[in-house]
Amino acid sequence: MAETKIREYTKEEIKEIRKSRTPIPEQEPIVRGKNFEEVALGYTEEQALREANRCMACKKRDCVAGCPVEVPIPEFIQLVREGDFTGAAKKIKEKNSLPAICGRVCPQESQCESLCTLGKKMEPVAIGRLERFVADYERAHGGGGEVAKPKPTGFKVAVVGSGPAGLTVASDLAKIGHEVTIFEALHKAGGVLVYGIPEFRLPKAIVQSEVDGIASLGVKFELDSVVGKLYTVDELLERGFDAVFIGSGAGLPMFMNIPGENLNGVYSANEFLTRTNLMKAYLFPEYDTPIKKGKHVAVVGGGNVAMDSARTALRLGADKVYLVYRRSMEELPARKEEVHHAVEEGIDFKLLTNPVEIIGEDGWVKGIKCVQMELGEPDESGRRRPVVVKGSDFVIDVDTVVMSIGTGSNPIIPESTPGLELTKRGYIVADETGATSKPGVFAGGDIVTGSATVILAAGAGRRAADTIHEYLMSKVKN
Amino acid sequence: MANKILEKRVLRSDLFYFRIEAPELAKKAKAGQFVVVRADDNGERIPLSLANIDPDRGTISLLVQTIGVTSTKLSTLSVGDEIKDIAGPMGHKTPIEKYGRVILVGGGFGAAPLYPIGRAMKEAGNTVISITGARSADLLVYEKELGEFSDKVLISTDDGSKGHKGLVTEVLKNEIEANGADLVIAVGPAIMMKFASLTTKPYNVKTLVSLNPIMVDGTGMCGACRVSVGGKTMFGCTDGPDFDGHLVDWDLLMSRQRTYLVEEKEAMEAYTCSCAPHS
Ligand SMILES: Cc1cc2nc3c(=O)[nH]c(=O)nc-3n(C[C@H](O)[C@H](O)[C@H](O)COP(=O)(O)OP(=O)(O)OC[C@H]3O[C@@H](n4cnc5c(N)ncnc54)[C@H](O)[C@@H]3O)c2cc1C
Ligand SMILES: Cc1cc2nc3c(=O)[nH]c(=O)nc-3n(C[C@H](O)[C@H](O)[C@H](O)COP(=O)(O)OP(=O)(O)OC[C@H]3O[C@@H](n4cnc5c(N)ncnc54)[C@H](O)[C@@H]3O)c2cc1C
Ligand code: SF4
Ligand code: SF4
Ligand code: FES
Repeated sequence: MAETKIREYTKEEIKEIRKSRTPIPEQEPIVRGKNFEEVALGYTEEQALREANRCMACKKRDCVAGCPVEVPIPEFIQLVREGDFTGAAKKIKEKNSLPAICGRVCPQESQCESLCTLGKKMEPVAIGRLERFVADYERAHGGGGEVAKPKPTGFKVAVVGSGPAGLTVASDLAKIGHEVTIFEALHKAGGVLVYGIPEFRLPKAIVQSEVDGIASLGVKFELDSVVGKLYTVDELLERGFDAVFIGSGAGLPMFMNIPGENLNGVYSANEFLTRTNLMKAYLFPEYDTPIKKGKHVAVVGGGNVAMDSARTALRLGADKVYLVYRRSMEELPARKEEVHHAVEEGIDFKLLTNPVEIIGEDGWVKGIKCVQMELGEPDESGRRRPVVVKGSDFVIDVDTVVMSIGTGSNPIIPESTPGLELTKRGYIVADETGATSKPGVFAGGDIVTGSATVILAAGAGRRAADTIHEYLMSKVKN
Repeated sequence: MANKILEKRVLRSDLFYFRIEAPELAKKAKAGQFVVVRADDNGERIPLSLANIDPDRGTISLLVQTIGVTSTKLSTLSVGDEIKDIAGPMGHKTPIEKYGRVILVGGGFGAAPLYPIGRAMKEAGNTVISITGARSADLLVYEKELGEFSDKVLISTDDGSKGHKGLVTEVLKNEIEANGADLVIAVGPAIMMKFASLTTKPYNVKTLVSLNPIMVDGTGMCGACRVSVGGKTMFGCTDGPDFDGHLVDWDLLMSRQRTYLVEEKEAMEAYTCSCAPHS
């Protein structure tokens, strides 16, 4: 049944609209640079219909191959076209339980949209924006209705961490009737979705509504519970959990080990973003957690985390924000859309630039000394290796530096879990199905792959849920 | 519900003792570890040492010194109230072994971790000497409690109103000279730990300190708690909180502790304003 008045496009019109994707309304750069509200405002029904009509419903479904969890893209877009937005949301949820989030943060340009057939000649269908639209529509219109309570299986599963991996495992297993408890170290569930990715890109109310939805399936959340400290993985197994899933993320911030890195005013991106997002330091002193609001800020790095830090610094009131990155614009690993937003907002990109020292005065940051780089021969990753231009060092005057050069594996679980095989870099070894070297223990997401993406973590969670279910069922037989 | 306050004592106008229902924590925590606490929904996460761990009663104890907003908010809670969040036990436990003569040096809230550590040291067969000090006799706390397990409690006051007139470090020096020591554990303000470490250095007595850098999560995720020990950057929460006092870069610790002085003052003013009765 169509839920909205649909607009039929003529062949001529479709030919015309295919030429360019429907723009998404956004806050003006000058306005949004001063607030924490969401940048992109989302499609209206009309805009969504227009964009959906650009899709050619290709038989080959190339777009689907680009999505790590194989969302049935042409099918959901068809439902949008018919005006059945709730049906479209259901269709996506067959494969992806977090569409409101993925529609906003997936690097679509290197995933689903990169393979869209339309994209070969024109702009690809805005799959992410449509995904976001239907998920938002479903949330605003009372969701997908009551889910029938499954028959309890009597099995208990412990999930460590409430990021996208943990949330997905928990929701999938709860839907089959397993009793699931999520143990989360922080006081709020959501993982990077709540402490890392800023409000202006992913409103926390959306994450909370996903968390609430999962809680309504009967999943228990034990917050403030650090596994490895309060209970070890082995203790969870001894306490009657039949399986444990570890989705603890890659949360250990890395530093460059250059002089001056411990000066006041030098933050890891994790600290900078956690203070701002999770602890709401942008609302200080209404909220108790402070943050240094730098006037001149340098963010070191080029990924999503660096873009988020730079744009956060701007919103905290900086006059000037530099993004210091050692390669060139083409190699920036961040989502294209966010780079574009950052440029629009006036972030100053210092490319082919690498910090060598942070200069201080009386314990505080005063500047960042950098060298100019040029691109040399390709390295193992195939990207051209940046090499230092001799004698090119210069100082940028800043009072705050945010280090956003990547994260590693947190030692708490590895240290406390004997029998868990780890990689050289401390990540948990798990196969495609999520099985680790330890019986009854499964893992997925960033703690297995190193920092990756929301959808990869969610996908790993989904596969692990299947594996865990099989594992539990095999226990019945014995 | 969890984290219910079962007992509260005012030890001094700025020092509060709480015993809290937390059975899981009490089962698991060990001397030297700490918890991260949030007073309310808008609250900051602050680290507090475990001042006692009682697995039989299912309780933990905290000693809160009122410094800024969070500690003040906590101090206003009463028996029956619940503390919003308590997460832990964080950090590593203090290595308890038979060392021989162990000297504990503490001041203010430093007595908090020293109580469970000292008791465990005594149970491990050590001779335990506690040294504690304050500006004057009426500000001394925990003397009696430390006496529960110490072979000797030595006191110093700045004004000489009780015990040695002067600093705890002088008492420490005298005690080492007179009777020697196999291990010194110092906990309290950074400046006190720094001078305790400088005092033991010439005698080559191993000295453990429990560092108190500013923290956020307490789980190794943010790096706010960076300290430099032996020239290497470490995380106070996951690598510590105990470190070798002779290797700590004290100036860095003290400098980093001052990061938010301006903001803390602002927050305290906003907080006391909002609490003040309307005239
Ligand atoms: C600032 C930032 C921006 C990003 N932007 C994007 C983006 O635009 N698009 C995208 O696709 N990806 C992005 N990512 C990456 C993406 O967020 C991660 O890949 C994803 O969140 C990983 O999910 P996860 O479930 O494996 O772990 P996480 O989201 O890291 O969650 C792990 C959870 O486990 C908890 N935990 C850890 N240890 C323990 C323990 N011992 N006991 C209990 N709980 C524990 C943690 O507190 C945390 O809540 C971004 C990451 C960051 C930091
Ligand atoms: C491992 C550890 C154990 C501790 N044990 C105790 C204890 O048992 N009892 C006790 O009273 N205090 C203890 N502290 C210190 C306590 O955490 C701070 O006094 C508290 O954070 C102050 O918070 P506030 O909001 O009241 O004051 P604020 O206004 O936030 O701070 C006042 C001063 O306290 C220090 N401080 C601020 N925030 C933090 C923070 N997050 N972590 C550490 N120091 C901070 C700074 O020096 C700051 O200048 C411990 C600290 C650490 C790291
Ligand atoms: S989940 Fe991500 S990659 Fe897959 S279709 Fe949605 S936006 Fe594209
Ligand atoms: S490849 Fe593009 S045009 Fe074709 S079905 Fe997928 S989204 Fe539609
Ligand atoms: S407090 Fe965040 S890493 Fe130690």
